[in-house]
Amino acid sequence: MDELAIKGKIHSFETLGTLDGPGVRFIVFMQGCPLRCGCCHNPDTWRFDGGEEYTAQAVFEKARRFKPYFGAFGGITLSGGEALMQPKFGAQLFKMCKANGITTCLDTSGCAINDDVLELLNHTDTVLLDIKYTTEQSYKQYTGGSLAATLDFLRVLDEKGIDTWLRQVIITGKNDDDENLSRLAGIAKTYKCVKKTQLLAFRKMCTEKYEKLHIEFPFGNIDETSPEKLDELQKKLDLL
Amino acid sequence: MKYSNPCGFKLGKWQDEINVRDFIQTNYTPYEGDATFLAGATKRTSALMEKLNALLKQEQKNGGVLDIDTETVSSLTTYPAGYLDKENELIVGIQTAKPLCRGVNPFGGKRMAQQACEAYGYKLSDKILNEFQYRTTHNEGVFRAYTDEMRAARHAHIITGLPDAYGRGRIIGDYRRVALYGIDALIEAKKEDKAEIGRGNMLADEIRQTEELYQQITFLGFMKDMAKMYGVDISAPAQNALEAVQWTYFAYLAGIKEQNGAATSLGRVSTFLDIYFERDIANGTLTEEAAQEIMDQFVMKLRMARHLRTPEYNEVFGGDPMWITESIGGIGLDGRTLVTKSSYRILNTLYTLGSAPEPNLTILWSKKLPEPFKKFCAKVSADTDSIQYENDDIMREDYGDDYGIACCVSAMKIGKQMQFFGARCNLPKLLLLAINGGHDVKYNEQIGPKMSVLDTEKLDYNEVMARVQIYRAWLAKLYVNTMNTIHYMHDKYAYEKSQMALHDTDVQRFMAFGIAGLSVITDSLSAIKYADVKPVKNEDGYVVDFVTTGEFPTYGNDDDRADEIAVEMAHGMITDLRKTPTYRDAVHTLSVLTITSNVMYGKNTDATPDGRKAGEPFAPGANPMHNREKNGALASLNSVAKLNYEDCRDGISNTFSITPSTLGADEDARVTNLVSILDGYFAQKAHHINVNVLNRETLMDAYENPEKYPNLTVRVSGYAVHFNKLSREHQREVISRTFHEKL
Repeated sequence: MDELAIKGKIHSFETLGTLDGPGVRFIVFMQGCPLRCGCCHNPDTWRFDGGEEYTAQAVFEKARRFKPYFGAFGGITLSGGEALMQPKFGAQLFKMCKANGITTCLDTSGCAINDDVLELLNHTDTVLLDIKYTTEQSYKQYTGGSLAATLDFLRVLDEKGIDTWLRQVIITGKNDDDENLSRLAGIAKTYKCVKKTQLLAFRKMCTEKYEKLHIEFPFGNIDETSPEKLDELQKKLDLL
Repeated sequence: MKYSNPCGFKLGKWQDEINVRDFIQTNYTPYEGDATFLAGATKRTSALMEKLNALLKQEQKNGGVLDIDTETVSSLTTYPAGYLDKENELIVGIQTAKPLCRGVNPFGGKRMAQQACEAYGYKLSDKILNEFQYRTTHNEGVFRAYTDEMRAARHAHIITGLPDAYGRGRIIGDYRRVALYGIDALIEAKKEDKAEIGRGNMLADEIRQTEELYQQITFLGFMKDMAKMYGVDISAPAQNALEAVQWTYFAYLAGIKEQNGAATSLGRVSTFLDIYFERDIANGTLTEEAAQEIMDQFVMKLRMARHLRTPEYNEVFGGDPMWITESIGGIGLDGRTLVTKSSYRILNTLYTLGSAPEPNLTILWSKKLPEPFKKFCAKVSADTDSIQYENDDIMREDYGDDYGIACCVSAMKIGKQMQFFGARCNLPKLLLLAINGGHDVKYNEQIGPKMSVLDTEKLDYNEVMARVQIYRAWLAKLYVNTMNTIHYMHDKYAYEKSQMALHDTDVQRFMAFGIAGLSVITDSLSAIKYADVKPVKNEDGYVVDFVTTGEFPTYGNDDDRADEIAVEMAHGMITDLRKTPTYRDAVHTLSVLTITSNVMYGKNTDATPDGRKAGEPFAPGANPMHNREKNGALASLNSVAKLNYEDCRDGISNTFSITPSTLGADEDARVTNLVSILDGYFAQKAHHINVNVLNRETLMDAYENPEKYPNLTVRVSGYAVHFNKLSREHQREVISRTFHEKL
């Protein structure tokens, strides 16, 4: 198959991304995700049959328009949905970006490893790895996926020496306990590739999206995590 | 060696001729460090500021005007010396006898002065009315010469905001000359120029110029008298930093006592003054704290400047602005940065005195600015929403390295160039006129050449564009002729004697035209081109509305299909304007800037094919229409960056509002990211950006509870305002604008 003809299903673009990776970033939200996280703020990216098709070339051309803004740290971030579900597209896109001096960042749950994903990682500078829960049971219960898969993925990142930021959305009553924090700190310490661990607040600005899609917001009854609470936990974590 | 050098500065051409740029270049010290050297406010400054804040509060309580002196015509020596607190003022001089009291200036127009007094419950005195019975004002002169067609275009709001009843402004005197040379030397130089003209043929141009020089010389003398009323002798050069600031300020003060020009900008004084500050600090006569105190007191005086305006004027220029624009930073032609410690000191006043819209602090951004300075500016933006940025790398090519910004975005070489300000014309209305064969439905008047109403089921892009071109050519000619009339009369009846005395005698003039509603006409034409637009007619057969079906690309999404229409529209307008000659051979320029008139223009414009309803505000300046951006902030910036500065040499204004959390997770990230955004935007030859870092909720709360936000400052359109000073309508429009926000 002609590499240039590889198409990806894309949910949307954000031209000013400042929260998903270093510096100012062009974010590509891929369509389709195998997980069903209760806290997800992008339920409209779940289905694999939605989105709009673009060639890697076309997305690269879009991203390149924003290169002047990237400065010393910024670049492109592939997010989702789950970017690992369309690894051939991602690899092709990242290859073109790297060849043109644009740094690459992959925002993922780390739910899959295969040859195509390994190829994608060959062109990835930074990975934002979402460790949703630190016990297999909670992971399974609240996402439908498996912690073991994520840890396998992290092992590969470590072997390849790819800079990794661990991230976790803090949800009251689900993972805001000290035990979770120490398990998370433990994971961070085990792998040399982990450069930092970021806690994120659970927010509910996506409630409208769920209503529009007629999907029940699984964590709709849980309060948002306050900035103060998040700050407190982040400080605790940084001391561990 | 013609000019004296009491401070022992390095010698240069500036001693043989009036040449402030040469003085700066031979004497200034670039600063590449960070802000850690800055000092805070002194007790004296804080006490003085407290007094001023009390007056500002009272002014707000009184409905926006503290007091009016209705007995005196404003000029350089018509009021006795006035003070805020004589004992504690380092820099002296106010516009009238009492702080914040407004003077009346009927030279631009008697009726406007009368109405402005009445709007605030005052009455212009009979004494002044009698005096002006025997004088022609600028306004009277203009209306003697206006044609019927000009009056109709003005009435129907296709050309509005014209300076035909108030001072035109946008003229920057080189106020630094007074500090560097002293008044006496400036008078001598002007006398020589006058004598030189007399040696050639004396025809209309030369006679006018000679009379203007006579007036300039007279007003330089008044400047000296005005300073004397405060016990200061400015006949000779300033001898230290305090004097340099005082002399410079007196020169500015003379300009605003004499004239009520819409925008009266300061120029580019901070790096000039830095030479005096650094000299005094080096010789041990000044500390950093004392230097900051002088800067603070100077800025405090600038924040007290005011003009008396009518409510109609405030519709166009909301928030009581003066546009005391100070241009900061930039890079010199030799590659050295023009950032000095005093660039930091003047920005620091936003912390020492609190944030405020005036002076209008404008950063001349270059990719080569020192990194610490870039970061400091970004921090000031994030903290205060009080500063704007303009692209030094593109302006330097046209204007060199000693230009300043007049008003919001108008560049000019200081003391060497001036402009004839010309407000703007309404492009969406032009489109509607083109469709309706020159008939304005809103005012039920034939204001343009009569043609048939476009009689099609579905508007055809090529047919509409052909019409737009016909009417654009008509409008351009009318617009130039109207401007010529206004500026002929302004020169004749309200010439800027003090400010022009601080220009070279042989000055280059621009004639600054403007367009409003660029994004509305762009999206409308895009709708006609890419979707289906069905005109809806009224019983008289005129198109009053549109039914638009289907998708069409909109300006603000980095989509060339729409953006090229905008680029072409600006290019077509300036090309048409250039076809009609200008008064005094001024160079035609064009701006994409609305101030706050986007609301008024929208109010006076019927529904447009882009889906904008009748009466809805336009987007300000070159901004994309509210909430039509689908790909985030940078795509929107890229669209604006495509507009060609060579077509819009009078500036392209873009106002950018972003929530703190969208800009970055913490302060460090916000600062670094904002620097990246500015670097990226300007690298693409964009011209201007206002930056607001705030939440919409803050504005909504301020709208409901103004008392909680006495100092909330927001950038609106090439300038900053106290949010509380905007009308309710303007406040609502600012709130409704796109806030770049990531959910």
